[in-house]
Amino acid sequence: MGAIRLEKVKKTFGTLDVIPGVDLDINDGEFVVFVGPSGCGKSTLLRLIAGLEDVTDGKILINGTDVANEAPAKRGLSMVFQSYALYPHMTVYNNIAFGLKMAGESKEVIEEKVQSAAKILNLTDYLERRPGALSGGQRQRVAIGRAIVRNPAAFLFDEPLSNLDAALRVNMRLEITGLHQELKTTMIYVTHDQVEAMTMADKIVVLQAGRVEQVGKPMELYNNPTNKFVAGFIGSPKMNFLGGELAKKYDCHEIGIRPEHFAISTEKGEIPATVKIAEHLGAETYLHVEADGLGPMTVRATGEIPLGEHDKIFLTPEQDRIHRFDAQGLALAKS
Amino acid sequence: MESKQTPLGYVSFSVFAWIVGLLIFFPIFWMVLTSFKTELEAVSIPPSFISFDWTLENYAEVQQRSNYFKFAMNSVILAVGSTLVGLVFAVTCAWAMAFNPTKRTKDALLWMLSTKMMPPVGVLVPIYLVFRDWGLLDTRFGLIMVLFLMNLPIMVWMLYTYFKEIPTDILEAARMDGATLPKEIIFVLLPMAVPGIASTMLLNIILAWNEAFWTLNLTTSDAAPLTAFIASYSSPEGLFWAKLSAASTLAVAPILVIGWFSQKQLVRGLTFGAVK
Ligand SMILES: Nc1ncnc2c1ncn2[C@@H]1O[C@H](COP(=O)(O)OP(=O)(O)OP(=O)(O)O)[C@@H](O)[C@H]1O
Ligand SMILES: [Mg+2]
Repeated sequence: MGAIRLEKVKKTFGTLDVIPGVDLDINDGEFVVFVGPSGCGKSTLLRLIAGLEDVTDGKILINGTDVANEAPAKRGLSMVFQSYALYPHMTVYNNIAFGLKMAGESKEVIEEKVQSAAKILNLTDYLERRPGALSGGQRQRVAIGRAIVRNPAAFLFDEPLSNLDAALRVNMRLEITGLHQELKTTMIYVTHDQVEAMTMADKIVVLQAGRVEQVGKPMELYNNPTNKFVAGFIGSPKMNFLGGELAKKYDCHEIGIRPEHFAISTEKGEIPATVKIAEHLGAETYLHVEADGLGPMTVRATGEIPLGEHDKIFLTPEQDRIHRFDAQGLALAKS
Repeated sequence: MESKQTPLGYVSFSVFAWIVGLLIFFPIFWMVLTSFKTELEAVSIPPSFISFDWTLENYAEVQQRSNYFKFAMNSVILAVGSTLVGLVFAVTCAWAMAFNPTKRTKDALLWMLSTKMMPPVGVLVPIYLVFRDWGLLDTRFGLIMVLFLMNLPIMVWMLYTYFKEIPTDILEAARMDGATLPKEIIFVLLPMAVPGIASTMLLNIILAWNEAFWTLNLTTSDAAPLTAFIASYSSPEGLFWAKLSAASTLAVAPILVIGWFSQKQLVRGLTFGAVK
């Protein structure tokens, strides 16, 4: 059981107002991802929940009890750090067992729990090694093993995959998702990689400058961002924002169109443009174009298309995929 | 590093280092040599190097005149005792400074170190009076306290620089794992800081072993360590170089042996964690 609720949580470092006040509900068993640009306070918020930082003000409720002034150990949460933070002087076995030892578990219970965690994480052959003699992925698994043996109310992950290479990252992403499906324990996962956010989350929390910009299911954020910031942050490549005459036509300050929501033609269309760079990835093609009178835009086409530098093209946005924003950057109802 | 140096530069650098090393070593060498001479040869000019009658009579007489082992035992107790007491305070202090720093931490550290810059004779009278009134004169306990307090700033400083190199994450992981503060320090911090703690202890044992000002001023016999043992040979009866050398050799021998075997640790310690 791990339902977590933040009520007006505030954090200041000296005069620096890092978290001006966050309200958030995390349901039991949910996989919640915090995303946002670097320095927006994701780690700080996670550390507040963990108890590694003291809140300046506000309440943190875990299963209904306010734990804002409790020590980390009392909160029954486990954390996986970006740097893994394994105990370098202990074997893998002892790394995983440390929390159980601190909790005063008997030798037999420890043995059983460590072995079963090692089995889930494919670490059985490495139990006698020191962390220094493991690969990055294995270290990551030890860190996760250390977290799961304690049967926490929730797991906290702070960018756990950012030190791994791309291929391993995809693997570990799937492993963590699999783990969540198996354990059904609440997980809070911090990342600035929006692909991780989109693929793993039940619920995404988009943060900017310590404020929650939007909370919702990945597809909700993709389809109905509440403001320009979320619209630009979710989705890759980034949404194109176009102002001027074109926006006036849609009766708003600015419109946003995702790169994948254009029809491309070499003959006719709404927006004439010139290709600057074409990136051919095989499965898809990214065209970086200069639209006449509108500036640079990015367009994404599926498959291979035979276009290159200086080619003239015409773009037509899918009408029901156009996002409209007012002068404050807030989203207006779809036209 | 070596590959970048020209052979000539490398050679001249080595020669220079050897000269400095020999210069530093020479007095000790001379002391040991003198301890094997007769008093007459010890003061003869020009001095004789190897071609003299090697004799052990100085050692025999020194052992006869005073009880070396009593002094040596006191030295061990004072050096080890003050270092162990110091470690308890220094570890907790350095933990706080390294992992929970405030804006004033750096100032506090500098201030602690600055107390080492005052000549100890400046506080001799007050400390002597306190010792007299509290009956601490010539007690091992009193001296352990003084030596521990004298060396505490250096211990804190050294441990602080070592602790700074330990990632805070790991201690936080221990906290998440349910370790209480003492357990976090004993099971996680200290094992990771073993090299730093070892060199801090070694340096402090050596400093306490060689400390002469307080040991000479606050002891007479019961708690007197080897420094007092040496001093008793530069007596009013006149200087007896050979016997003084023999006594000094006996006094520095244990610490020299320890130092020799722990060179690596010491070098690390003295560079204050700069070499990883
Ligand atoms: N101990 C601290 N003292 C002072 N300021 C801090 C402290 N910790 C974090 N901050 C500041 O708080 C802000 C948020 O930091 P935080 O680490 O939460 O960002 P983040 O979203 O995790 O960024 P990243 O993606 O780079 O990890 C930053 O401006 C940072 O400088
Ligand atoms: Mg962070």
